[in-house]
Amino acid sequence: MDVTWYLVLSALLFAIGAGGVLIRRSPLVILLCLELMLNAGNLALIAFARAHGNEEGQVFALVVMVVAACEVVVGLGLIVAMFRRRLPLNVDDMRELRG
Amino acid sequence: MSATTYGWLVLAFPLAGSMITAFGWRALPGRSTGWIATGAIGLAFCASIGALVDLLDHPVEERQLTSSLYDYASASGLDIDLGILVDPLAVLMCLIVSGVSALIHLYSVAYMTSDQGFARFFSYLNFFVFSMLLLVLAGNYVLLIVGWAFVGFASYALISFWYRRTTATQAGMKAFVINVIGDIGLVLAAFLLFRELGTFDYLEVFDGASAAFSPDEGVVVAICLLLCLGAFAKSAQLPLHTWLPDAMEGPTPVSALIHAATMVTAGVYLIARSHPLFELAPTAADIAAFVGLATLLFAATVALAVVDLKRIIAYSTMSQIGYMIVGVSIGAYSAGLFHLMTHAFFKALLFMAAGSVIAAMANVQDTNRISGFRRAMPFTSALLIVGALALAAFPGTSGFFSKDEIIAYAVERGGIHIVLAVGMYVGAVLTAIYAFRIGFRVVAGPPCEEARELEWGRLPHAEPVNPATGESEDADVGFPGSEHHIAEREPVMRVPMALLGFGALFGGLIQIPGVTHVLDSFLEGSFEDSALYGIHPSTGDAWLGLAFGGLISIVGIAIAYYVWVARRGVGPRLAERFRHLHDFLFNKWYFDELFDALFYRPLIATGRFANSVVERVVVDGLVETAVGVVRGFGSIVRGAQTGFVRAYALLLVTGFAALGLYFLVVST
Repeated sequence: MDVTWYLVLSALLFAIGAGGVLIRRSPLVILLCLELMLNAGNLALIAFARAHGNEEGQVFALVVMVVAACEVVVGLGLIVAMFRRRLPLNVDDMRELRG
Repeated sequence: MSATTYGWLVLAFPLAGSMITAFGWRALPGRSTGWIATGAIGLAFCASIGALVDLLDHPVEERQLTSSLYDYASASGLDIDLGILVDPLAVLMCLIVSGVSALIHLYSVAYMTSDQGFARFFSYLNFFVFSMLLLVLAGNYVLLIVGWAFVGFASYALISFWYRRTTATQAGMKAFVINVIGDIGLVLAAFLLFRELGTFDYLEVFDGASAAFSPDEGVVVAICLLLCLGAFAKSAQLPLHTWLPDAMEGPTPVSALIHAATMVTAGVYLIARSHPLFELAPTAADIAAFVGLATLLFAATVALAVVDLKRIIAYSTMSQIGYMIVGVSIGAYSAGLFHLMTHAFFKALLFMAAGSVIAAMANVQDTNRISGFRRAMPFTSALLIVGALALAAFPGTSGFFSKDEIIAYAVERGGIHIVLAVGMYVGAVLTAIYAFRIGFRVVAGPPCEEARELEWGRLPHAEPVNPATGESEDADVGFPGSEHHIAEREPVMRVPMALLGFGALFGGLIQIPGVTHVLDSFLEGSFEDSALYGIHPSTGDAWLGLAFGGLISIVGIAIAYYVWVARRGVGPRLAERFRHLHDFLFNKWYFDELFDALFYRPLIATGRFANSVVERVVVDGLVETAVGVVRGFGSIVRGAQTGFVRAYALLLVTGFAALGLYFLVVST
């Protein structure tokens, strides 16, 4: 089986996600883009697992999904907390760690 | 009981008295602490007499008894006992110390009645006497050093007794620091002795010394000079004397105690005790003798110029201790100790009389203000004159026999000692003059205001002021009270003064050349190994010396009479005429200023230099450079921390991209 197209799609998704993280200011969108990047990685993992006939890649993809779910819980919790405190939902305004 | 048991009792009573008064003062009302303390010293005196009686039962060559309570330290080659040596020298010192101290305690019971620190005073006083007795009874150099240091502490506590008075606390510190300089000498001497002989025990050291050292060998001279350093600091000899006049800041009974019976005589005792070493080191003994001579002349000249009543007597003490140091250094041991004894009598008496006068003057000590107390205070005046007569060595008094015995011995030794004899005769003239400078100032002349008031029966009770600076003081906290007590109204003060007056007049009768030799034969038990002890001036020479000494004393008293009674204006005119000499003497030969310039100022300047250059420039500079480097590096790195989340993300992405590219390039 040829994995080329799968990988092209995966790279495309990853690039879209990374671009989103870099250019968007809303934390919610950034979180979405992070999910996109993770799932691009998952796609590549599954494609390779299929190509090599080795199911360990699929198991690894499941682990990544669990991690992604946890990450979404934490990330959304943070965003809700920001919203409750009436902080601006704009990552560029959160610059307290500036050196 | 054996003599050593009595020796332990001599130590036990004052220590117990000190503890009882220190811890039980709340339960002991009024003057009772004073009576307990006096009783403790009285019992110590009785125990000393017991030791004396027991010692006299032994044959002369078996009069050195030792006793040890327990082994303090015992290791390979090192063996230190908590042990005492009871021999004629120690017993004589015990008798003088406890006897005179008991009288001073008795006097203090009345003199200090209205002081807030009455119980504290007696606790210190008892501890002082205990320390001094420990010093003279110690059986080895280690215990001697313990007693020596205790005496130093006790003197500090008593000189600073009025602790709210700045001048008093400073005087206490001065005495303590100078005494510690002497302690260093004593400790080093003990170390050297241990290195050479392997023991600290007196008898073993003295037995081994003649075999271990050849005469005038370097190390034994060094040991003796270090012992001298300790002796000079305690006995206020040049150049370590500056603490003694300042010690007058303490209450007058303390001055009497420090100056008459205890503390300053410790140096004389040390040299007499270590005589086998000093006889092996004639060089060191001669140096000590000439330091003693220099001190006695120096102090006698200063005593002619200073105006503070107590300080005149203080300089007189230095001068008389100088005689004793000369005596024990040249080998006139019994004469030196005889003078120590008679001096204890008349000096304690002089201080007690001075205390009574100062009380009648409501703490004024300036002799220019004090005059004409002969009618107002007949008892005090009479005993002051008795003390001054003994100090001036008037024929027949105790000082007459003891001082001239030292001089006669110096003449008998001949050679370089003739210089000492001539110097001591010059000192004797000066002594007679200043002794009656005190006597005539206080007794003769027109009555001063306080004396006239007292003749009408009114004793001044002034608000307390510091006699040194004139600052007013609060009598409730560590200052003397506003009440004063004089001998005329206090029988408790009259009894010790009368007893001491008796001793000052007739104490000399125990050692009349050719007639009696009580001390000579008693002390033989301690000095039988001495080659110099057997030298005695012939009776004829001794009487010739006595006649000359008596003549000198009368001449001195006549000069004093001329200057301070017959022609009352002569004194100030002389001071005006020889203004520079007077200033020089009045400022005590500028010794304080000299030490100031030699030690204090350089030390302070070094401290300032260390603060302004070493600390501010070198240390601070190093620290600030290190801080600057870290801060500069930080400000460069800080630029990367923008706080933009997206910038961090970009950095991450580009970083991983670069890493990926690198691996791609490397793998192909």
